Amino acid sequence: MTGRAARIGIPIAVGVLFLAGWQALVVGNDIKPYLLPKPSAIWEQVVHNREDILTTARVTGTNALVGLLAGAILGILVALVAARFRVVDSMLVPLAAAVNAMPIIALAPIFNTMFSTTSSVPRRLVVALVVFFPLFINALRGLRQVAPIHRELMDSYAAGGWTFARTVRIPGALPFVFTGLRLGAALAVIAAVVAEYFGGLQNGLGTRITSAASNTAYPRAWAYVAAACALGLLFYLVATALERIAMPWHKPR
Amino acid sequence: MSAALPSPRAGDGPVSEAVQLAGVGKTFRGRTDVTALADIDLAIEAGEFVTFIGPSGCGKSTLLRLIADLIEPTAGTVTVNGKSARQARLDQDYGIAFQQAGLMEWRTVARNVELPLELRGWDRARRRTRARELLELVGLPDFVDSWPIELSGGMQQRVAIARALATGPKLLLMDEPFGALDEMTRERLQAELTRIARESGATVVFVTHSIPEAVYLSDRVVVLSARPGRVTEIVPVPLGDRTDDTREAPEFYAKVTEVREALRGRTGRATVPAAEER
Repeated sequence: MTGRAARIGIPIAVGVLFLAGWQALVVGNDIKPYLLPKPSAIWEQVVHNREDILTTARVTGTNALVGLLAGAILGILVALVAARFRVVDSMLVPLAAAVNAMPIIALAPIFNTMFSTTSSVPRRLVVALVVFFPLFINALRGLRQVAPIHRELMDSYAAGGWTFARTVRIPGALPFVFTGLRLGAALAVIAAVVAEYFGGLQNGLGTRITSAASNTAYPRAWAYVAAACALGLLFYLVATALERIAMPWHKPR
Repeated sequence: MSAALPSPRAGDGPVSEAVQLAGVGKTFRGRTDVTALADIDLAIEAGEFVTFIGPSGCGKSTLLRLIADLIEPTAGTVTVNGKSARQARLDQDYGIAFQQAGLMEWRTVARNVELPLELRGWDRARRRTRARELLELVGLPDFVDSWPIELSGGMQQRVAIARALATGPKLLLMDEPFGALDEMTRERLQAELTRIARESGATVVFVTHSIPEAVYLSDRVVVLSARPGRVTEIVPVPLGDRTDDTREAPEFYAKVTEVREALRGRTGRATVPAAEER
């Protein structure tokens, strides 16, 4: 019980201290709002715009979720194929590494032109691409990592390829897949928000941040940034909860 | 010395050989070829408890893996239950346990024990009942639904032994299954294993580098030489049913000494019997 209290209480205490310090810093040094607004001013904006924040967060959240699911499913499927067929593996991994090295977010304006600017598809596509790589790489690493003793044991049972995959390879890869999913969940929200900076529909958190910033309404811009943070945290927490449910044997460190 | 001991189950009908090794050799190919085993001729009778002992790297684990058909010999033939080792593996004729428990951490204790049954297509209820029986047998009836990481090393090893016994195999292959355990747990599991082997009538082929363990467990101790492994001597151990007193009996010490001297190739000086090795 004290462990749980500490686990939840300490981060909250640190957060409160951080905000208090921020407030004191801004007030004490008379820092101008365009440099750094006070947390209290940001909070006022959060309250003032709460309805719009919820609406836009829902839009951005949906984009992030759809992209995350598509990217994660694709990443896992391709990893399964790559783990099964060595040829695919040797073709895909260098390609994946090369594609991963380029800033995927930079594709957003191109996708906007490819599809239409009144569509959510370009944003979801960016998210899916960003999410694909951590899932693919982690799932593949997990699928390849089989304890020699499990292989010998399954050989002694004369187990075939599919049985081996089902009983050893796939469950053994789950911790890696969920590591990828946690990374992917956080990245999905970042990608969904940033993808909105490149034009297109004016309906998400990212578009509100750019428009508030260009109108020098800094506390309002920060209010939407805070909402984006909260959305990212929500995604991360859901991914962590799923991990616990899917792997009851896996005790978090 | 190497005369065959009568099979404990000789009265059950025609004496059958559980394992037959004829001219078996194994060379691992590589930059430099390593001959792990050479000219192994050995017959293990059904119901017999036979232990392979030898210095590190003598190929005793390799020999066990050849019987299990987890690797193939480069010379000679391995026959298990009257068929090729390959066929015996495909028929799942044996249960196997290794030095590491090798439990699947994503399966509960019971589902680890059920694994070989599941692969044989047993239905859930029957598997469940059998797993409970086995966990009771190895003294873990309260851990049916636990996760492996919640168990100590010794408990995990018992689960691995229960898993090896799950299908009721007539042949048990064990590669230093007690090697990583503390002395107390080890002795208790040795006693349990001899009891299980006696009650089930299974043939056991056991690998160890502990002399007292080999003497305590076996009907015959097969002593292997350093690389390339060859059978240098076979020591029969007619000590009857094992009890805790067995470990303190003078005959036990005499056999320990005999095996130790066999390991030294009979060239060593006469030695004071010691209670333990390593």
